[in-house]
Amino acid sequence: MSSQSGSEAGFPALTAAAGPHVRRRPFHERTFRALSPYLLLAPAAVVIIAVLGYPLYLLTRLSFEEFGLASLVSKKGTWIGLDNYSQIFHDRQFWTVLFRTVVFTVVNVGLTMVFGTLIALLLAQLGRSMRLLLTTGLVLVWATPVIVAVNIFRWMVDYEFGVLNWTLTELHIGDFLNKDWFADSTTGFAVITAIVVWGAIPFVAITIYAGLSQVPTELVEAAEIDGARRWRIFKDITLPLLLPIFVILTSLSIIWDFQVFNQIWIARGSEPEEDYWLMSVSSFAQAFSLGEYGFGAAIALVMVCVMFLATFVYLRQMIRMGETR
Amino acid sequence: MSARRFAGRIGINLLGLLVFAVMTFPVYWMVATSFKEGQNILSDTPQFFPSPVTLSNFSDAIHREFFWDVVKNSLIIVAAVVAFSMVVGFLAALALAKFKFYGRGAFIVLILGVQMVPLNALIIPLYIQLSRVGLTNELTGVIVTYMTFVLPFTVWTLRGFMLGIPKELEEAAMVDGSTRFGAFVRILLPLVAPGLVATSIFAFIVSWNEFLIAYVFLNDPQKQTLTVWLAGFTTIRGTDWGPLMAAATLTALPVLVFFLLIHRRIAFGLTAGAVRG
Repeated sequence: MSSQSGSEAGFPALTAAAGPHVRRRPFHERTFRALSPYLLLAPAAVVIIAVLGYPLYLLTRLSFEEFGLASLVSKKGTWIGLDNYSQIFHDRQFWTVLFRTVVFTVVNVGLTMVFGTLIALLLAQLGRSMRLLLTTGLVLVWATPVIVAVNIFRWMVDYEFGVLNWTLTELHIGDFLNKDWFADSTTGFAVITAIVVWGAIPFVAITIYAGLSQVPTELVEAAEIDGARRWRIFKDITLPLLLPIFVILTSLSIIWDFQVFNQIWIARGSEPEEDYWLMSVSSFAQAFSLGEYGFGAAIALVMVCVMFLATFVYLRQMIRMGETR
Repeated sequence: MSARRFAGRIGINLLGLLVFAVMTFPVYWMVATSFKEGQNILSDTPQFFPSPVTLSNFSDAIHREFFWDVVKNSLIIVAAVVAFSMVVGFLAALALAKFKFYGRGAFIVLILGVQMVPLNALIIPLYIQLSRVGLTNELTGVIVTYMTFVLPFTVWTLRGFMLGIPKELEEAAMVDGSTRFGAFVRILLPLVAPGLVATSIFAFIVSWNEFLIAYVFLNDPQKQTLTVWLAGFTTIRGTDWGPLMAAATLTALPVLVFFLLIHRRIAFGLTAGAVRG
């Protein structure tokens, strides 16, 4: 390939070699040149295969095996075919956890996208200095490590001295004195949703704002002259232009929210009650708390499949991109 | 500007201020708490501005067991991830930006696809793989794993920088008698330098913030990272909020500083698929 399209490769010597009347380069030099992109890629490929490729294969194999703590020592599992899966699919708890995870993902992705879009639209309307201030604030939130964020929220919703209970009571929204938010899993998940959405909004808002600022102003102005209303302009001009960005952000959010783990694990002091289990927590608990690595792997694999189905559109777009480049 | 539009402007900017206040309040609350005295933290009416200001929470946090061990571990991991991912990512980006070869499209899909792989789902096989080769409780395993998180972004960003460099520049250098390596060092490297800075800060942030991998791979308290140490802060008597918030502030501080420097690049790199590059 490289000998025909050398001019595109940015190395003038290759262009010269393509002409038939020019003396060809020595064989070993041509071979080296054809091989060099592969040599350059090799280290990256090795790392990716070692940390993602092989583990993905191992995950699949483990899910067909009985792999307990003893297997960890003997380094060998026992092939049991589909037993893990039939156990999962006959398990009431699995379906509860799957349902809970789907609801959690829909709520979190929805809230993130709605608030992210609203804040992006707000950013576009703000004056320069206020926009800089808000962007800086968003970046601060974005940079906050998850572990730090979870601990801040745990402190804010502390049942005795938390600032949230005090504020809600002062605002006469109700009597929240000594309310323990984690006592009930519904309010507990409300707090966890707040942590996740709070942390995810900045990336979404800043990215959508970047997209908004690339919408050609002539289009919007022309529509305004034609007497179009704000909402129509947004719906018919801005939204279609931003669609690819929305697809990507939604897909990435689905991927991130479907596998939420840290927030729950730390908010519940490293031993979440079963009411708090999402897919990733249940897979982790089966493997590392109960020592059922094969069973945990099967749950993880189901999780991966559900996620790939949910982000199918994005995947297709990505593969198409790889082909055109 | 009409009076109505002026009022609208003010309203919008006030809304912006409100959103700013709500979003940054948790961060403010962490910092404020870390400077408060114990009895002011545990008061029925929250104290919104620390007074008197004290540093005792910070000294408590720093003098807790293993603080310096975990800081050292985090720094080693960060330094190694930054260095290795820069070199490996740079080479891969060079191949993708400057060569046409069979399998290039496939590799681009692979690089973009890596971002999609749910790493929480891979924690089980990764752990088993590492325990087989005896790398659990070693920083090496963590470093290699973090590199994979960082590589897609690094390759993609550096590739963007390299594509932006006109090939005439390199050609001109070579016509002037420079070797290919000379052209590389004098032309390519300085032009890609801002990209290298951005990607190394990104690598820093990712490896500094990560929790799950370190939590599973590193068992000894002396071997853990700052985030794992922070997650285990709760004492038997309950949570010591002052020192915890001080420790959280210390953990977040370097990241906050670096992030402010490069956030534009990160938004670009993560959504590179959406924008034409």
